[in-house]
Amino acid sequence: MQRRINILRNLDWTTIFLYLALVFMGWLNIYAAVYSEEHNSIFDVSQRYGSQLIWILAALVIASVILLVDSRFYFVFANYIYVALLLLLVSVLIFGVEVNASKSWFHIGSIRIQPAEFAKFATALALAKYMSSYGFKLFRFSSLSTIAFITLLPAGLILLQNDTGSALVYTSFIFILYREGLPHWVMLFLAFFIVLFIFVLVFNKFVLLVILFGITMLLFALLSQKYRDSIRFSLGVLGLGAILYGASEFFNLNISLYYLLLIPLVIAIPIALIYAYLNKIRLVLFLLFFLLSTLTFSFSVDYIFHNVLERHHRERIMDLLGIESDPLGYGYNVNQSKIAIGSGGLMGKGYLQGTQTKYNFVPEQSTDFIFCTVGEEWGFLGSSVVIIVFVVFLLRLIRIAERQKEAFARIYGYGVVSVFTFHTMVNIGMTIGVFPVIGIPLPFFSYGGSSLWAFTILLFIFLKFDSSRRD
Amino acid sequence: MAQNVPTDRRNIISGIIIVVFVAIIVRLFYIQVIDSRYKLSASNNVLRYITQYPARGLVYDRNGELLVSNKAAYDLMIIPRQVSPFDTTELCNVLSISKETLIASIREARIYSTFKPSILVKQLSSETYAVLQEKLYKYTGLYVQPRTLRSYPRKIAGHILGYVGEVDERTIKKHPYYQLGDYIGTSGLERSYEDELKGKKGVNVYLVDVHNRIKGNYSNGNFDTLATLGNDLTCTIDAKLQEYGEKLMVNKIGGIVAIEPKTGEVLAVISSPSYDPDLLVGRVRSANFRLLDSDTLKPLFNRAIMALYPPGSTFKIVNALIGLHEGVVRPETRYSCDGGYRVGRGVGCHHHPSPLNLIGSVQASCNTYYCNVFRNIIDNKKHGGVEGGFSNWKSHVESFGFGHRLNIDQPNELSGTVPSISFYDRYFRKGGWSSLTIISLSIGQGELGTTPLQMANLTASIANKGHYFTPHLVREVIGTDKNASRFKEPIYTTIDSTWFKYIADGMDLAVNGLPGSGSTARIAAIPGITVCGKTGTAQNPHGNDHSVFIAYAPKENPKIAIAVYVENAGFGATWAAPIASLMIEKYLTDSIARPWMEQRLLDANLLNRRAKKN
Ligand SMILES: [Zn+2]
Repeated sequence: MQRRINILRNLDWTTIFLYLALVFMGWLNIYAAVYSEEHNSIFDVSQRYGSQLIWILAALVIASVILLVDSRFYFVFANYIYVALLLLLVSVLIFGVEVNASKSWFHIGSIRIQPAEFAKFATALALAKYMSSYGFKLFRFSSLSTIAFITLLPAGLILLQNDTGSALVYTSFIFILYREGLPHWVMLFLAFFIVLFIFVLVFNKFVLLVILFGITMLLFALLSQKYRDSIRFSLGVLGLGAILYGASEFFNLNISLYYLLLIPLVIAIPIALIYAYLNKIRLVLFLLFFLLSTLTFSFSVDYIFHNVLERHHRERIMDLLGIESDPLGYGYNVNQSKIAIGSGGLMGKGYLQGTQTKYNFVPEQSTDFIFCTVGEEWGFLGSSVVIIVFVVFLLRLIRIAERQKEAFARIYGYGVVSVFTFHTMVNIGMTIGVFPVIGIPLPFFSYGGSSLWAFTILLFIFLKFDSSRRD
Repeated sequence: MAQNVPTDRRNIISGIIIVVFVAIIVRLFYIQVIDSRYKLSASNNVLRYITQYPARGLVYDRNGELLVSNKAAYDLMIIPRQVSPFDTTELCNVLSISKETLIASIREARIYSTFKPSILVKQLSSETYAVLQEKLYKYTGLYVQPRTLRSYPRKIAGHILGYVGEVDERTIKKHPYYQLGDYIGTSGLERSYEDELKGKKGVNVYLVDVHNRIKGNYSNGNFDTLATLGNDLTCTIDAKLQEYGEKLMVNKIGGIVAIEPKTGEVLAVISSPSYDPDLLVGRVRSANFRLLDSDTLKPLFNRAIMALYPPGSTFKIVNALIGLHEGVVRPETRYSCDGGYRVGRGVGCHHHPSPLNLIGSVQASCNTYYCNVFRNIIDNKKHGGVEGGFSNWKSHVESFGFGHRLNIDQPNELSGTVPSISFYDRYFRKGGWSSLTIISLSIGQGELGTTPLQMANLTASIANKGHYFTPHLVREVIGTDKNASRFKEPIYTTIDSTWFKYIADGMDLAVNGLPGSGSTARIAAIPGITVCGKTGTAQNPHGNDHSVFIAYAPKENPKIAIAVYVENAGFGATWAAPIASLMIEKYLTDSIARPWMEQRLLDANLLNRRAKKN
């Protein structure tokens, strides 16, 4: 009895209030998304708002149960929970049913369960347990490879289920590593390659080569202060390219611009090496390495994109980058979603007054595209409020994570932050066309028992750690 | 310093989160407040998406004559939630449907979705649409979606042109381009060339007010896409020849394929009984389809590429060529025949001059001669025993296109059968069979199964003296430079081209030999044109023999190679040969000089011979 009172007193009620607010707003929007004058009872379980109400009540029960369990349980059993979820992920591949081309659902009677949703908290627990173990050092090959193994195993299984979106969520755990000491430059490096990846797809090979060459020369000029040499060198390469161009035109060789620049660059590499040797400038070697690795990277991205990815993935990525537009194809969803949100204006059309989301122009509007209803009916002001609540919620979670004394709880907390951030950012981003449509739910908003329960479990285990921190 | 690291990182992570979500809010502000493209002036306005269905590509024959065109039709669509009560009697009168049907359709649409459009009445004619259009303002929630349907100006070649039908759920799942209610080619050229014919759908987005009136394009058409028409096809069919062949085959069962040997272009594909392709279009389609599908004569079945027949005596020329190539028979080799081959179970023969050389054996179609040739081939010492000889024979046979698909540009082509060693090992036992036990292969009986297409292809290979081009039905996809190079590559048989002239001479004599010289197909002779032909009478365990004839003409510069099968019609010379002869004449001279022969064929009804046994 004493114990229970402690739990209640030590619980972070701010977070719970935010949680309840988000769940409630989510339900209001699911009701609006499927609302029709013909339906009468809000408890009609044949309608999505009716069944969502049941999921919500069940989620509250689950939350209470989690709070009642001793927090050491999660620590002791972290690895078992992880392995159990892995087994579920394997068995869904064998016994699962296919929904929207993803084989990631179990059918139990009329209820559908998606194990991939629950694998997230299990992975976060396993990671936290491993990284908080005695004598753990991040900068060891064995540590990094174990971390990669723990994260990529469930992600790989989920990929096999053809659920790319849920698998991508696992990339967000990089935040945990960063918080636990991954150097800044690794993050910068990752950011640079993500940008380069987009550049490869947006620009043609020639423009990309010009950009990379330009960056290399600029870095050289800035870092070595040898402005004259860098100008000479650039002019030499460009001049050689111009001569080749003239020859190609004169002899009608039809060499593409790309090769007209690539050939001089290849010729210039030994010259640069000799220059570096004579002047003893190691920077040149570093820059050459930079140029060659980025070029190799862009080649492989190009190759993977055109030869490895399947057509529908390619189309989604192209569509997102605005390269090919096909309103009835994959761009259709995003266009519809943008119209719905855009038509909301500043103040919105008012609750239940939306026309776009009502007429099912937006597919999946109560699941992945639930934010459209928010945008259309509550307008810019309402959407901003929802986003601000999410941000406050995330910052609150960071704050709670930082006040943990045990590394295990802190690391798990950052896992929770990573997953919620990724889901919220990508889901809202995709409805307004700044992220690819990878079909992951908006936490607490999207219709569906599996995701609501999984997010609830993820969050409340963390709140349980927090409440017992002073025990 | 070390203690500051965590706070630093906490701030950086918080900073990243704040920056990302501020960016999202800025973007929202842009979409919702600044950019006016997404605005709807009043909340009562709704958007209506009208799909622009492109017309499917047209199909022309080799001379530019239209075989498949399009006609307009209109689907009446309903969005149940927008419907307000209306006068059902009036609408039913306009649409000429019963009130019950209408109410049932509305209920069905409501069950599917109250928000999404469904089809209320399919494929209204232009006339109905004209009447309906004036009254449409009374019916909120209803609108009309223009479509196109296929139409067949010449009403021929239904089997190879194929038909379009509504796309099924499985295809929609696999190819998200298709949506419920879209049409897709389900057979024939419509299916093989679906990607070329279908074009690309577009969509127009309109603003519609509460009175069901389109107020204009939404956002100045920024969200519209244009439909792209399907590509037209020029096919290789000669419409006149096709039509004539179909006419000759009325009241007969069978298949005809005619090929231009120099190119592999298919000039005519006839499968009888045939059907009027217009029967499978529009609202009458499903009823007619059921009717045709349940017909015992199987009119929907394309016998020309999907029926297996034994080749009969026409196959002797293949054995002759293999014998010549292997050196086990010479053009001057003579075998005498006293009415049959008397070794083993024996094979009977008909009356003809004896002994005959190779050319004479083709001319008179002597069974005895080919029993000898076949045994020479199989028992050839060079290949060390029956199995070696047989597999050598088999690979020669397959080089003519037998036993596998020719890969014509039609779905569902059959591959035919050439028996294998393992088949005979199972059927008899290993080592328990010899050239004598499988002797019926010598005269094209036994375990051989060939389609009329494969027989026409054999004829083309003989006309070309040893090679053929993959038979195909489309010469060009108009407006693309897509040339199917696989149709332009000659495929060589394993037989040296020098041997074909003896076969040509034998086939020439079979048609044009003197009376009494044993010629089997004199009925096929056309004055002024040297036709080379070979008759066949294919035994058939289920009833009367099939009448078979293959021929090409003119001998020196072949322009057409043809194979004709008439089921249960008896001797090749009686029915198949005159049909082939008339079709060759029609194609080469565009006229018929033997009206008596044509009349006899048009009058003939061979349908009731089906079940009779001899
Ligand atoms: Zn004989």
